[in-house]
Amino acid sequence: MKTVSAHTLSRRQFLKTSGAVVVSFAMPPVILGSQPGAAGAAAAETVPDPARLDSWLAVGEDGSVTVFTGMLELGMGVATAYAQIVAEELDVPVRSVSLIMGDTARTPDQAGIGGSRAVSTGARPLRNAAAEARRVLLDLASARLGAPADQLTIRDGVVRRADDATKTASFGELIGGRHFDVTLKTSGEGSTLDVAGSARPKSPDQYTIVGQPVPRIDIPDKATGRFTYIVDVRVPGMLHGRVIRPAPPGARLLAAEGAQALPGSVKVVRKGNFLGVVADTEWDAIQAARNLKVTWSPSEVSWPPMADLYRVMWSMPARLRRVMAEVGDVDAALAKAARTIEARYDWPFLSHAMMGPSCAVADVRDGGATIWSGTQHPHQLREGLAELLNLPPGNVRIIWVEGSGSYGRSGSDDAAADAALLSQTVGRPVRVQWMRADETGWDPKGPPVVTAVRAGLDDQGNVVAWDYVARDFTGRGVPPEAARAGNFLAAHLIGLAADSIDEPPNLQEAYTFPNKRRVGEVVPWPQEASPLRTGFLRAPSQPGTTFGAESFVDELAAALRVDPVEFRLRYLQDPRAIAVIQAAAQKAGWISRPSPRKGVSPSGLATGRGIAYAPRGNTRLATIAEVEVNQATGQVHITRLVIAHDCGLIVNPDGLRGTIEANLIQSTSWALKEEVQFDRSGVTSVDWATYPILRTPDAPDTLDIVLINHPDMPPSGAGEPASVATAPAIANAIYDATGARLRTAPLTPARVTEALLRRA
Amino acid sequence: MSSDPIDGKSGGRAALAPAIPGWAAPLRLTVNGTAHTVRSSPETPLLYVLRDELQLHGPRFGCGLGQCGACTVHLGGVAVRSCSIPVSAVGDQPVTTLEGLGSPDHPHPVQQAFIEEQAMQCGYCINGWIMTAAALLDKTPHPGDAEIRTALSGLICRCGAHMRILRAVRRAAARGG
Repeated sequence: MKTVSAHTLSRRQFLKTSGAVVVSFAMPPVILGSQPGAAGAAAAETVPDPARLDSWLAVGEDGSVTVFTGMLELGMGVATAYAQIVAEELDVPVRSVSLIMGDTARTPDQAGIGGSRAVSTGARPLRNAAAEARRVLLDLASARLGAPADQLTIRDGVVRRADDATKTASFGELIGGRHFDVTLKTSGEGSTLDVAGSARPKSPDQYTIVGQPVPRIDIPDKATGRFTYIVDVRVPGMLHGRVIRPAPPGARLLAAEGAQALPGSVKVVRKGNFLGVVADTEWDAIQAARNLKVTWSPSEVSWPPMADLYRVMWSMPARLRRVMAEVGDVDAALAKAARTIEARYDWPFLSHAMMGPSCAVADVRDGGATIWSGTQHPHQLREGLAELLNLPPGNVRIIWVEGSGSYGRSGSDDAAADAALLSQTVGRPVRVQWMRADETGWDPKGPPVVTAVRAGLDDQGNVVAWDYVARDFTGRGVPPEAARAGNFLAAHLIGLAADSIDEPPNLQEAYTFPNKRRVGEVVPWPQEASPLRTGFLRAPSQPGTTFGAESFVDELAAALRVDPVEFRLRYLQDPRAIAVIQAAAQKAGWISRPSPRKGVSPSGLATGRGIAYAPRGNTRLATIAEVEVNQATGQVHITRLVIAHDCGLIVNPDGLRGTIEANLIQSTSWALKEEVQFDRSGVTSVDWATYPILRTPDAPDTLDIVLINHPDMPPSGAGEPASVATAPAIANAIYDATGARLRTAPLTPARVTEALLRRA
Repeated sequence: MSSDPIDGKSGGRAALAPAIPGWAAPLRLTVNGTAHTVRSSPETPLLYVLRDELQLHGPRFGCGLGQCGACTVHLGGVAVRSCSIPVSAVGDQPVTTLEGLGSPDHPHPVQQAFIEEQAMQCGYCINGWIMTAAALLDKTPHPGDAEIRTALSGLICRCGAHMRILRAVRRAAARGG
């Protein structure tokens, strides 16, 4: 068998060789076969037409099934879930399904991944295409086996006559290596793209593969070093590049000298204030980037001092104010209330801080470009890079290769732009991987969120009004963010203007207060060539707004001396919301009593528990934290986390548990440790020492997950929701333990100590 | 030393002899049982030799500062950070990478435990955890939970797979490493 890389085969080549080639999800192509001059030729193919069944699915001569999808795996088990969904509809074993993901020449445009939609909306066209493929295969088998389709059964990719099990036809025999040539009806586009054939997909009560804890298909290779990440991509003739960012941010590049003295035939690439080096080896490139003598102009950053950030955010006039929801007359109810309570909460800038700094390989030559990237939006990246490189989009091909977990708009797209500019200039393929300081220092940041909540109470202690306002920054980079060159850091450095996108923060809550209002506001923030430009980070802005809302709900419960679980249940009608709160409370052994606990000692170790509830889209979750607070040091240790989680139909319960668990741990890290540091010289949190995150000693002692399955409901997404309620659950637990209320994240020992001192 | 050097405190770049200027003799390296002649300059960190010259995927660049552990390899059986060791400092000590520890068909017991516990999200960091845990269990076959947490405290997992990772290490330990 010829060793052909799944990453570079064109669709046409793929079908020609299909059956002879095993296209596996994690094939280890040590060297990708890119020939000189192949970049343009490979890119000449257009994005596959979603209306063709063949654009979604192919059956090899050996019966293996290959699925083509514009969606991607970010390390949460999506590929395995897709394999299950397709195997279910086709009646083939999961192991016979492999996936080609995120290749603009071979996969339909599904607008990439984000918003927890991989399984919710992203899987729908795959399921429907697979159902239609099954119908076609049954028709073909019917003709070959001489029996009507309803007299046939399928098992493990083999069709049998019900009345004579010796009469069989395998999928490979029926269509292996050939096109289906079937047209599908399409609806929606991008993230809502769906297709339908004349077949109906199975109903969930028929499922035997969906719903099972199938082990992830990528893990054995990952555990043994056989997996190919974006950082492992190598193409012949490839050089290594590194970038050098303006210091301080906003500075103009005046001079870059001394390249001749550096080893490795270093080429210096200058375009405006974009500066990079290209060398034969990676180490030479790293050394060159460190040792090049670079002179930058003096520059003043335009942002406020870090200590003033939240005050400034409230003081600026809003560029946009959006009333997300309004019930009753909030102002009148507040005016008439017997008592009002209000509080403000602050959520800091966060770095995506990817484990593996952003990486891309670009081959820009002969009027075409092929770019391998860990992007979350390959088809949109194609548009943006075409604009940046001044090439027709049809001549640009993006091949997604899995990177490290990215959690949103990390630096991946920017690294692709860096590699593309360097390759275009030197006329050879160039691999760029950012250094740690490039990633943590310069990745787009999750924006800070400030939240203000005001409630009115009547004289019986009922909540009669709820006024909930949150602010964040312009330019959160809504998809299709990478579709414009102006969204790349490199583009800003060569003088292109950034897109300014006003997307107000996401405020979600579901309490049945008779008068309530949710308002999102956007305030301006400089985005161009800035290490504090902002982009989507997991569950964009909702961890900040939910920190405000769910801390405040707890403050209301405490003011009224009501148990926090009971208080929430009083104001919820959604049965799924009630169910997750009750399930979490039951699992945690929650004892009903108001917070703070009785007889809090002002010193020593204090223990407490806190709950937070959140909807996100159509997913519901309740998180309970149990904490131990050292009142001498302010250290908080999480002894236990409990979550009850309802995301509709569960495709793979073990994969789902892994994703929820990781969401909880990452958000515990946000809650306790993470905050981007900056001063007039730029971002100063640039590595794991200056941007510390959770490590094993900080992990909870135990973590319990209660899954609530709804086979009757479509899956509603799990990639983000479990991250939104952790910080308020912990803050509420600290309050329960100590009577000290923290309203600014992260809940660091210094802030805990300060809150303990402030405590009445 | 039960774990690898962090921040150069107990080893790493600071503790190692500088490369000899002008040294041009070809370096030899034994990796996963195979001898190799290395073209890279002597001061090149071992990580780049393993990845770029020997095309290995197990050790990965995470920080280049010895802070995260993604580049961990075994040097003479000890878990070390290959981003912070010049290749010239390796000498005769055999290097083992994640690939050399075991394969999908014949995984090392620690790899097997990580597979059974499905103990990763993206898996980019997992090299460091498996290599460090394997070195730990080699010296301390039955560590307690606190001992495991401390031994692994020099590693970063950004996705947050810590609970499953700890379960996997406990599982491997229960089987005697």
